[in-house]
Amino acid sequence: MTAHANALENTEAAPMWKSGSNLEKILAEGHFAVTGELGPPKSMNTKLVHNKIDMIKDFVDAANVTDNQTGIVRLSSIGTGILMEQEGLEAVIQMTCRDRNRLAIQSDLMGASVHGIRNVLCLSGDHQSFGNHRGAKNVHDVDSMQLIRMVQEMRDLNKFQGGEEIKGGGPRLFIGTAASPFSSPIEMRPLRLAKKVAAGADFAQSQMIFDMKLFKEYMKRVVDLGLHEKISFLAGVGPLKSPVMARFLHEQIPGIVVPEDCIERIEDAGKGIDSDDKKALQEAYRAEGIKLCIEQIQEVQEIEGVAGVHIMAIQWEAAIEPIVRGAGLYPRPNLGPTG
Amino acid sequence: MIVAEQKPLPDLQRMLKGKKKVLAVGCGTCVSVCFAGGQKETRGLAKALQTAAAVDGEEMVVEEKTVQRQCVQEFIEPLEDDLSEYDAVLSLGCGVGVQTMAERYPKTRVLPGLDTNFMGQPTEPGIWEERCVGCGNCVLEYTGGLCPITRCPKQLMNGPCGGSENGMCEVDTSIPCIWAKIWDNSDNLNLMDMLMEVQPPKDWSTSRGGGMRRTVVRDDLHQPHAIGKATKSEVEAMETSEEDEVPTPEDPHAGEREDAFLKEMGLA
Ligand code: SF4
Ligand code: SF4
Repeated sequence: MTAHANALENTEAAPMWKSGSNLEKILAEGHFAVTGELGPPKSMNTKLVHNKIDMIKDFVDAANVTDNQTGIVRLSSIGTGILMEQEGLEAVIQMTCRDRNRLAIQSDLMGASVHGIRNVLCLSGDHQSFGNHRGAKNVHDVDSMQLIRMVQEMRDLNKFQGGEEIKGGGPRLFIGTAASPFSSPIEMRPLRLAKKVAAGADFAQSQMIFDMKLFKEYMKRVVDLGLHEKISFLAGVGPLKSPVMARFLHEQIPGIVVPEDCIERIEDAGKGIDSDDKKALQEAYRAEGIKLCIEQIQEVQEIEGVAGVHIMAIQWEAAIEPIVRGAGLYPRPNLGPTG
Repeated sequence: MIVAEQKPLPDLQRMLKGKKKVLAVGCGTCVSVCFAGGQKETRGLAKALQTAAAVDGEEMVVEEKTVQRQCVQEFIEPLEDDLSEYDAVLSLGCGVGVQTMAERYPKTRVLPGLDTNFMGQPTEPGIWEERCVGCGNCVLEYTGGLCPITRCPKQLMNGPCGGSENGMCEVDTSIPCIWAKIWDNSDNLNLMDMLMEVQPPKDWSTSRGGGMRRTVVRDDLHQPHAIGKATKSEVEAMETSEEDEVPTPEDPHAGEREDAFLKEMGLA
């Protein structure tokens, strides 16, 4: 073989993209990315999945599909992800370390890959004691950091964690990680992100942000560490449905801080409405929640180092459309088929 | 130390139902320190069981003895002569103690009187906390002397999850997030660089992943059958040959290892 032919073959063989996912391309081309979230049902009711897909598919670049979130058994993230891909909604499958050891994880990731899945979010997983099988034994053979590294080595070095070669190449996956900027120890959080970058993460999605002042301080440290150049950081946002939900998030969910003025805004939206008129109250709260979310997206867009938003509309997928439209992020760029 | 608790009385009554004569065997080491199976507890429990049986109109005699270390065969040897008198032994040793009894006396029904919890330490009066799961491959070097394998419910090896709040763990808010403590300790000890290194997946083959572990850590001390299933005649035989040299088992790789070591030290 001539040197020329050899070089040609090499160019052909070398993939242009790490994964070729839509999300990767959107970020690489400098668009402000929008991801959403789709929670699979606690059943095999695919109609529910299709409805959710229809609701969000035109308004996000990809959507996370949760993996037995909060330790509750649901339709699998990969199974649901395949349905999403079939209908033109790109999936970010969540993969937790709670339920699978390194054998199962690698095998499932290859399985997902042959079905066209191109993004994975590597998580430790919520503890089973929060879920509906509290006596279950968790696995945690690898942790989320080791999972990131494992997927990166499968993809870039074509090698299994055990060291053996993956013949024909490893799964081409765009590797995501979760960031929790406000969990304690708070001074450690940017460094933890740095470690995830070192392990091989390509993008990060943060826990829901409401406290912009705190978030700006965090992002400043991220930028000072130069991490924004190595990882695409998607700020987590979400619409508040009611004052009760706002308080619940603030008080019960570690790492979520909802400042009092946000809670008050939602509360005030219900002022003057008869407290018996539950429907009118709900509508007023929800409209304000969406409005607040839009303003927050516009605010995070201005923060250095933020490459996109991850919208978590928990059990409220219908909110995605008005939020994305309201934030001026519609239509989403069409970058052609996943490569 | 090993931490254990007594099983609830009704469970013990159910186990012992129909037995006429029972020997409760306490242990004077770990479980006595955690007030579960020492001499005092064994006496108390024997009495309680006998009384409870009487209340139920059953005749059951519960006698008791406490050995110094129920997990070592030599220490339970003296029980042998009397055991045939009893319908059952209620062991108040930890799980190891119960099994030492059951293996040494296969013709005796040995029942567990305790629930063995973990390896841990008393942290304040009346509170014991787990500290080590015996993973067989200690990582405390990297974690400021605190064990995330035991003390983080997700066994994270590379830092805290998002559930750490105000120094406490989301899974049980009464226990500290060990990663918050590891962070503080590492900061104090100037070990932060170590925390920033990505720890590779752990080799769990030394842990519970592969079933029961058998460790001979000291070849120099290892005399097949000296401890364990030694029969009386074997023990006698061993005693008579005390002065003989005990051959150390051959280590086929000893030479190679020595060479490698010398090389590393720049001596070869
Ligand atoms: S790392 Fe393993 S051996 Fe060391 S304390 Fe933890 S469980 Fe015990
Ligand atoms: S809060 Fe801390 S101890 Fe609890 S699971 Fe998370 S990292 Fe582990």
